[in-house]
Amino acid sequence: MALLEVRDVTKKFGELVANDRVSFTVEAGAIVGLIGPNGAGKTTLFNCASGLYPVTSGKIFFDGKEITGLPSWRIARMGAVRTFQVVRPLKDMTVYDNVLVGAFLHDANTARARAAAEESIRICGLSEFAGKVSGELPIGVKKRLELARALATRPRLLMLDEVMAGLTSTEVKTALELIRAIRKEGITLLIVEHIMEAIMPIADKVVVLDGGLKLAEGPPGEIIHDERVITAYLGEKFSRRMQARKEGKADG
Amino acid sequence: MNKTFRRTDLLWLAFTGLIALAPLVPAIGSNSFLMHVLILVMLYACMSQAWNIIGGYGGQTSFGHAVFFGIGAYGAGMAVVTYGLPPWPGALAGIVSAAVVAVLISYPCFKLSGHYFAIATFAIVEIFNRMFLVWDWVGGALGLDYMIVEEGFANLVWYDSKTGYFYCALTLFALIFGIVRFLEGHRFGYYLRAVRAGQETAESLGVNSTAVKLSAMALSAALAALCGAFFVQYNLRVDPAMVMSLDMSMKFVLVTILGGAGTLAGPLVGAAVLVPLQEFTRAKWGGLGGGVDLIIFGLLIILIVVKQPAGITGIVRDIAKRRGRKAAAEKGGASLGTA
Repeated sequence: MALLEVRDVTKKFGELVANDRVSFTVEAGAIVGLIGPNGAGKTTLFNCASGLYPVTSGKIFFDGKEITGLPSWRIARMGAVRTFQVVRPLKDMTVYDNVLVGAFLHDANTARARAAAEESIRICGLSEFAGKVSGELPIGVKKRLELARALATRPRLLMLDEVMAGLTSTEVKTALELIRAIRKEGITLLIVEHIMEAIMPIADKVVVLDGGLKLAEGPPGEIIHDERVITAYLGEKFSRRMQARKEGKADG
Repeated sequence: MNKTFRRTDLLWLAFTGLIALAPLVPAIGSNSFLMHVLILVMLYACMSQAWNIIGGYGGQTSFGHAVFFGIGAYGAGMAVVTYGLPPWPGALAGIVSAAVVAVLISYPCFKLSGHYFAIATFAIVEIFNRMFLVWDWVGGALGLDYMIVEEGFANLVWYDSKTGYFYCALTLFALIFGIVRFLEGHRFGYYLRAVRAGQETAESLGVNSTAVKLSAMALSAALAALCGAFFVQYNLRVDPAMVMSLDMSMKFVLVTILGGAGTLAGPLVGAAVLVPLQEFTRAKWGGLGGGVDLIIFGLLIILIVVKQPAGITGIVRDIAKRRGRKAAAEKGGASLGTA
């Protein structure tokens, strides 16, 4: 069964249609990528799904229950937690305290929440920064903090909004390993990502948005051959490169 | 990091113990002016700590705490003067009423962003002040004057010695600072600071920010009312100008900001600076027409806000940090020297 279902969601800002009757599902246990050019409406859709924006029309379901119009804290409590593309550390609090706020969601007991926060900090490689005030960190660390904080809530669905943007290629590799490890824990992932090389190898399914409309939905192998997606977004070169890489792998 | 148990907790306990012994020292116990100053320091520290919950940790500036303080004072005062009871049931009624009033005022404001909350709280001081001035049931403009009752803890009244009041103030201090210290280390305290630091972010992590702010406001108002009940027992009279004035409201805010908002020690530090200043200038320059303490206090606040918005505790922390860095640098230098 789908853990998250977006059904005919439309979001307008005045005359601007940011999302136009978008529908897709995120299956439990899967990694789903949400891609598309700038301004395609990816983050808007994220904000609708996480309760930050009210939708103009359409419905969103989480675990079979309708969550359309619910406040974001209620959706988070049901187990769907997001990160922000533009990082939002709780500035005057330490990294540790930031993550602890997340950890309190699944356990009000301070000792157990601390244990969960420490685990999350370790997994995300933030141990050396734990005591630092979060507003004063470099961007790569802030991105990991976003992830650690959301992870500490022990979500069922983790929605990541461009956690890899602006990272160096080594950092991206670490992030990918981390995402795989998170999936192994049984957490479903919905990932908005700009770096195609990053998302394509790990996603079970990719949803492509363009100009607010859903262009395609399917496994990455099909998406890279989809004519509309290639013209709208990927470009011929990328498609050939991905194909070559795949064949290379098959030969080896 | 706020560990569940901190080394500074021992310092606080030792400090409270030491203060408890103060009246036993003849030079302090028999000096009624000094006792008066100590009692007021503790009272102002408690009032500011109550304000600190919503204003410091929660980041919602309230200018309305004089109202809650006043409701507590009137609760106890009316129990004694109007109904001939001990102050306790009146204080309890005052605490509950203050919390209810606080929630009713805050609920619509917390739905709005920006400065609406501060403005609305500002307005209620005037409303309550005028209302109490003309309201016969609460004594109107004349206020309530205590008749002679039996001394002791049951009536919470002492006439000759200040020792009883001193230990009441100390109990209040231990209670309110204990509550805030407890909250600091638990979920509620973290949620409160998270809401101050970023409401949307906190909500994305499952924090119901409206509920957190409302509870903080209710608790803050209830504790302010408790302080008000003590205040009326100490002064043996109450009228609207004494408790429900903008002057009084500003003291809640300024003492905390002077000491350091959002810190456990801030309200105590602020009160320890302001109260002696206020009482000594009043005693020394009272003939100048009053207000000298407020002039000095105003200058202090300007200096703090310009130099270090984190207050006196912030200044102390900066100095400690600089010292630490200096020590580290010297160490580094020394090791270079040996190499």
